[in-house]
Amino acid sequence: MSIRQAPSLSTRNRKSAMAQQPETRINATTPRLDVAHLAKSYGSGEKSHAVIEDLTFTVDAGEVVCIVGPSGVGKTTLLKCLAGLHPASSGRAAIDGRPISGPPREMALVFQDYNRSLMPWLTVRKNLVLPLRHLKLPAAELKERCDSALAAVGLSHADNQYSWQLSGGMQQRVAIARALAYRPEILIMDEPFASVDAQTRFDLEDLCLKIRKDFNMTILVVTHDIDEAVYLADRVVVLGSKPARVLKIVGVDLPAPRDQITTRSLPEFARQRTEVLSLIKRPV
Amino acid sequence: MRNWLIGAGAPVLLLVAWWFLSESSLDPFFPPLRTIVGRFQELWLFEHFQSDVLLSLGNLFLGFAIAAFAGIAIGFVTALVPPVRWMVDPLIHFLRGIPPVALVPIFISLIGFGTQMRVTSIALAALFPTMIATVDGIRGVGNDLMDVARVYRLTRRERVLNILLPAAAPQIFSGLQVSLQVAFIVMIASEMLGSSQGIGAMTLLAQQSFMTADMWAGILLLGVIGFLVNVLFSLLRRKVLSWYIGSRRMARAA
Repeated sequence: MSIRQAPSLSTRNRKSAMAQQPETRINATTPRLDVAHLAKSYGSGEKSHAVIEDLTFTVDAGEVVCIVGPSGVGKTTLLKCLAGLHPASSGRAAIDGRPISGPPREMALVFQDYNRSLMPWLTVRKNLVLPLRHLKLPAAELKERCDSALAAVGLSHADNQYSWQLSGGMQQRVAIARALAYRPEILIMDEPFASVDAQTRFDLEDLCLKIRKDFNMTILVVTHDIDEAVYLADRVVVLGSKPARVLKIVGVDLPAPRDQITTRSLPEFARQRTEVLSLIKRPV
Repeated sequence: MRNWLIGAGAPVLLLVAWWFLSESSLDPFFPPLRTIVGRFQELWLFEHFQSDVLLSLGNLFLGFAIAAFAGIAIGFVTALVPPVRWMVDPLIHFLRGIPPVALVPIFISLIGFGTQMRVTSIALAALFPTMIATVDGIRGVGNDLMDVARVYRLTRRERVLNILLPAAAPQIFSGLQVSLQVAFIVMIASEMLGSSQGIGAMTLLAQQSFMTADMWAGILLLGVIGFLVNVLFSLLRRKVLSWYIGSRRMARAA
């Protein structure tokens, strides 16, 4: 639990030595996130209950990938495996070719329930500082990281408030700011905008795209909202139940920059939305 | 404001009623309040203040402080180390059934009479409520918070001091409050059973020598001390748990 991992720079140098199989792709880039035949079941023997069965997909550097699927399909379980919180039962999940065995340093996770993932006894700023303490950063850098993360989510004015004094949307922005201040290279979000109102949801979706652009982050979002998935993603991984498996990976071909009004009214948006929806609605 | 007036007014009214109704009392068991207050001044302010009042208070706070620290520490170990939990759990359920005062005779025979016995009795009896509340509090910490701690790779020390301790603090404080009451009861009982010094001993001695006014004065003093100690504790709780009290109020308002 307290093993300090080397900073990501040196892990990336090790990467080439650890790459396990030759890449077939031109340019031989290992995907940022590589999930191959991943399975997860709980319990053992006859009582064993498979939540995920044979998932395979990749996420490239700088890409936004959304995972959609019916509720209860095991999306949260998948994220917990990727975040190193649960070990996979079989198959492989790897970052830059390194198998994930515990929470990786270059990854941050935004939880579905902001209410239960922020520390209510800490102010907004201290919530951001807590994950950074063991990095022993110089005070100036610590402050700069928090300031810029709060500014990115538009909460510079709220840094001395407690999270429970803020609205739901603002709390989720605090959780996102905490992830940003941690400076991850990969940001994973579990239905991050599920419990906020529609207007806030649009704002947070745009925030997500802005983060990708400004911080060049690789982002993986689990959602049950198909419109949201199509709006955010470069690719949408459509999951079917039960147990979870990949039905199809849909490449989204919408022009950048995306905009809540114009992008959503494009015929192409409607077409892709329909494609994803019909995959999910299809009786399986 | 009105609630506050009623709250403060009722005891005052009661005292006034007691004062006038008992004024001409000749009953040896219920002397006039005027006599009791007179004895209260003579006895506790300040003849026995240092020798008995401070002694009792010192025992109370020392015993309670030991109980609080040990209770929280043992509670943490019990909650976090499964083998310890398996050993301690049944023991807790047995011990919590014994009234704390019943432990005093054991300590008298084990440790003898002195201050040491009293502090030990207070500490041991007051230990359990805090310890049990700490264990419950830590078990109740949400998985989400622990997942956050793991994703952000907090150290073990940070998890204990910066996540578990504050997250369990509301429960720990409920335990401490019970511990404080137990400590107070055991303080008096230990003095009544095995001492010639302290407020409890003085009060019992007065009763046994038919000095009823002195006895009432002692009970009055115990009441005042109990009240003040609780006020102090509430102030401390309000300060430490201001985030909790605030968030609860917010949740209720929503």
